[in-house]
Amino acid sequence: MLISIASGKGGTGKTTLALILATTCSNTTLVDCDVEEPNCHLFLNPEMQFPSREISIPIPHINTDLCNGCGACSAVCLFNAICISGKSALLFDELCHSCGGCLLACPNNAIYEKSKSIGTINLGRSTKHPQVKLLSGTLKVGTPSAVPLIRQLKQETAKITEDVLVDCPPGTSCSMVSAIKDSDYCILVTEDTPLGRHDLELAMNITSLLNIPTGVVVNKYDQFAGDKSIEDLCNRRDTPLLAKIPHNLSFARQYAAGHIPSDFSETAYQIWEQLKSQRSVT
Amino acid sequence: MKELVIVSGKGGTGKTSISAALAYLAPRKVLVDCDVDAANFHLISGAKIKKTNEFKAGFEPYIDEKACFKCGQCTVLCRFKAITDGVVTSSLNCEGCGVCAFNCPEHAISMREKQAGHWFISDTRLGCLVHAELGLAIENSGKLVSKVRQEAKKIASDLRLPLIITDGPPGIGCPAIASLSGANLVLAVVEPSVSSMHDLKRLTDLVSHFGLPLLICINKSTLHPENTQEIINWCKNNSILVAGQLPYSDIFSKAAQAGKSVLEMPENAKVKTSLLELWYNLADKLELSVVSRKS
Repeated sequence: MLISIASGKGGTGKTTLALILATTCSNTTLVDCDVEEPNCHLFLNPEMQFPSREISIPIPHINTDLCNGCGACSAVCLFNAICISGKSALLFDELCHSCGGCLLACPNNAIYEKSKSIGTINLGRSTKHPQVKLLSGTLKVGTPSAVPLIRQLKQETAKITEDVLVDCPPGTSCSMVSAIKDSDYCILVTEDTPLGRHDLELAMNITSLLNIPTGVVVNKYDQFAGDKSIEDLCNRRDTPLLAKIPHNLSFARQYAAGHIPSDFSETAYQIWEQLKSQRSVT
Repeated sequence: MKELVIVSGKGGTGKTSISAALAYLAPRKVLVDCDVDAANFHLISGAKIKKTNEFKAGFEPYIDEKACFKCGQCTVLCRFKAITDGVVTSSLNCEGCGVCAFNCPEHAISMREKQAGHWFISDTRLGCLVHAELGLAIENSGKLVSKVRQEAKKIASDLRLPLIITDGPPGIGCPAIASLSGANLVLAVVEPSVSSMHDLKRLTDLVSHFGLPLLICINKSTLHPENTQEIINWCKNNSILVAGQLPYSDIFSKAAQAGKSVLEMPENAKVKTSLLELWYNLADKLELSVVSRKS
């Protein structure tokens, strides 16, 4: 079963929940798809099973001997990544989406592709929690798009036979979408504020667009605030509320120190039970 | 006109709360929310939308079914597995590159501009705000970020306002890059947690890659004093000024609950003092006068 953990708003507790769930199950792989700012390894101390694998994307290069500056390439580039300067084409590789359109358009075979590294993928087993394997990606600093690296991680994930938990990047844009795609179930983690609720609703829009069964975990729950608006939202959207994790300062301190908070195994078992009943449905 | 951009690497460290507090303290400014796919600034500033604008970016294929002979050329050439025999099978995979359209032997595919979201100009209790809402599962967040920043610059220059305060997105990818480029000053908000400290280092690499001046604000500094000290030492070794330290306080979540900035809440002298100090340090760096607003 492929379970993704996403949120909309950042800092609501995606990584913490993913870690708590991973360490309370007998055999799971945790996939860290927050490749811009991956954090799971800080808590798991994985021992890498293989050297990290470099991930690259194809980027066009211009053979200036063959290019006559006709402009056919720049005419078909909808990302404005190629322009003609003097008698030759000039490439802005940060804008390139590696679609290969310019190669097809060039009448002089003056364009060829070279691979450009965008980051690395690592696979390892946790030394602190040996039942957990970690697959994680790290985007090279300065690379604009995380999507090709996340897609590569998801391809690797598809080969795994045991239960997989995917820790997703925050937000609701293309990185989050490519991280939750093809999940059997998505847990949306929110915090008990209007900000958390607003972004939760945006994230719900994405999971329903992708037809992914969804459940909600409210973190930093304030039992005294008496605010029912997240429960109302879940009811209205027919989305189960899987658990409420109360706000707790010692919990925040454990997390700050790099420890997986230990007082929530009960909550984790509860969530696993609900996930397992979901598995029998799918 | 100066632009201060507030970023963090890790999400949820307090960017929006701190941006709102600075907006409360700065006398004349325009506000921008660059977290276009999970915008929150409008919620804690009481935004009333004055103007809604459509945002178009990127392209999507439009197929003339009568002209398509299902030759399969598009299937072969599409590197994103988005189209099969003239049918867009996975629109979420489509990058809008146009390879299918430009290479269709029957000219059955055309590329049309895509509706990618909306951007807004709003009045808020804290000043004029430019913000946006990215369309569902749209990939052009960087372009929308550039758009709201550009519109805020227009407003600031028309009204001769000396400062733009930009609440940035988390991460270090395309929306963060689009928020940072050309900023006058970057404020990175970090909390004393191993995750946030790890993410700060990657963010710092990105900021120095663009050669931008950077200051640090440690939020929730009392949550883990040892880590806070480690951040201070790290900043010292890297010649980065710590412009402010805000103690851990539940006033931040209470303010968020109430839809307010922390400075609009009663009774939080320590947090207030440390926010004032942060503002003075930032104003000094930005060479702005620090006429503070008396509440």
